Amino acid sequence: MEAFGEYGVWGFIANGEWDPRSATEEYGALSFIMGTLYTAFFALFICIPFSLSVALFNGEYFKGKKISSALSSIVDLLAGIPSILYGLWGFYTVRPVIIEMGVNAQGFGIFLSSIVLAIMIIPYASSLSSEFLSMVPDNLKEGAYSLGATQIEVIRHISLPTAASGIVAAYILALGRALGETMAVTMLIGNTNRIPLGLRDTGNTMASVIANQFGEADGLKLSALIAIGLLLFIITAVINLIAKIVMKKLSQL
Amino acid sequence: MNQNQIVLPRARKGKNKLVFWMVCFFAFLTMVPLFLIIWDVVSKGYENFNLRLFTEVTPSSMDALMARMNNDPIPGGILNGITGTLLIVGLAILISVPIGLFIGIYLADNRDRHFAKVISYLTDLLQGMPSIVIGIIAYSWVVKPLSSYSALAGSVALTIMMLPMIVRSTEETLKMLPAAYKEAGLALGSSYTNVVFKILLPSGFGGIFTGILLAISRVTGETAPLMLTALGASVVNWDVLEPTSAIPLLIWDFYNDPNLIGLIWSTSLLLLIVIFLLNWIAKIVASKWKV
Repeated sequence: MEAFGEYGVWGFIANGEWDPRSATEEYGALSFIMGTLYTAFFALFICIPFSLSVALFNGEYFKGKKISSALSSIVDLLAGIPSILYGLWGFYTVRPVIIEMGVNAQGFGIFLSSIVLAIMIIPYASSLSSEFLSMVPDNLKEGAYSLGATQIEVIRHISLPTAASGIVAAYILALGRALGETMAVTMLIGNTNRIPLGLRDTGNTMASVIANQFGEADGLKLSALIAIGLLLFIITAVINLIAKIVMKKLSQL
Repeated sequence: MNQNQIVLPRARKGKNKLVFWMVCFFAFLTMVPLFLIIWDVVSKGYENFNLRLFTEVTPSSMDALMARMNNDPIPGGILNGITGTLLIVGLAILISVPIGLFIGIYLADNRDRHFAKVISYLTDLLQGMPSIVIGIIAYSWVVKPLSSYSALAGSVALTIMMLPMIVRSTEETLKMLPAAYKEAGLALGSSYTNVVFKILLPSGFGGIFTGILLAISRVTGETAPLMLTALGASVVNWDVLEPTSAIPLLIWDFYNDPNLIGLIWSTSLLLLIVIFLLNWIAKIVASKWKV
């Protein structure tokens, strides 16, 4: 943990400079932390309508039907595709679309990596939330139906609130996945060592900077990268802990 | 007033229908990327998907450039990656399966012990750990002390990734077995070891084996931890202490080398086939040996 000793823990975290040139060598993690948060939260934002739809489809509308098990096994296959293939697909197929949309000239950046990340985390978010949705007791729903509620009203006022903490936990776990995802992001984010200014900007996440620069690193830079790895580990561990606590609250109900 | 009563239910019904179709639309839209990815990989990869892919090692960048300038197909294949994946994943299976089985058995049997709770929590922690962090751990455990990148370090990284999955599937499967199995075995006077190996593990075989297969399919496509541990090599290597390549590592190499880009899709196709095959077998096993 040489890097922490050199800059102090807080000094390392709050510093946005990353300059490996030996004359002006200086390392700080802030730009990568910002890049990680930007991509992960934007990916989570994009994935919500899709994974919620899949969850409702499997856990509510077509619960226990053949079509829902078909859909869920197809969505599970999405989780099985290796990260590096998502990266390739994003590079060759999604990137031209992004350029066409005029987001930025090269296509690389937060926007592109968030879209691909969102697709990658849909299975994690949807499979857990559909499980929690299907656990909602039938008599609650039947009660609402007998009062004349439509299906959407039952979902809004009964199913979603009852399963809420489980669904939130599922999304927190998905967020944890998005934070630590490496290869696809490395291939798509553009790899610039500064704080990204917006969704159109390029950047670097904590995982992608490690993947990109670990091979040629030594000395202080190597220890700075390992320190970033430690920070990433702490962040994901805290996220998972929160998800676990939320789920525990649910099981006590 | 009268009109309101008629319009209101209609609005409710309309809203209900609208949401239903939106859910269906988004749910089916979710499947589109899967088919796009498969279509991409298959349509671009089948051309170079031939015997040479399996029998020759990766060409050097120079050779590939020459071939490209002469409009020849790219020479060479990915034999070094295939053997490397077999070596690294095989070694990881050898290490992780016994350890994972024992931890899983322990957790299923001693649910309420304090130590079991700690282990169970650590398993959860490991499961959520980003793969690149696991790569760093394996780097500092194996690569640094041996001062060389090696297949062994890659196997250690993959072992750490596989362990929580194997532990969880073993634990869950054993928990689902009726307690009478175990009690009957013990009542007949067989030892605990015998009960575990002759009764519990065979009857839970389906679930446990499925978990192991899924764990294998997950780590076969892992790239990030191998970049920091196995590094890659351009020759076939069976020595666990030497740098070794793997199929996903080769995809990363091809991605970074414009001369070798022609091989990238056929390699991806092979990786995708292997992973889907493993998933498919896991599904069959799961449905055949239901507990």
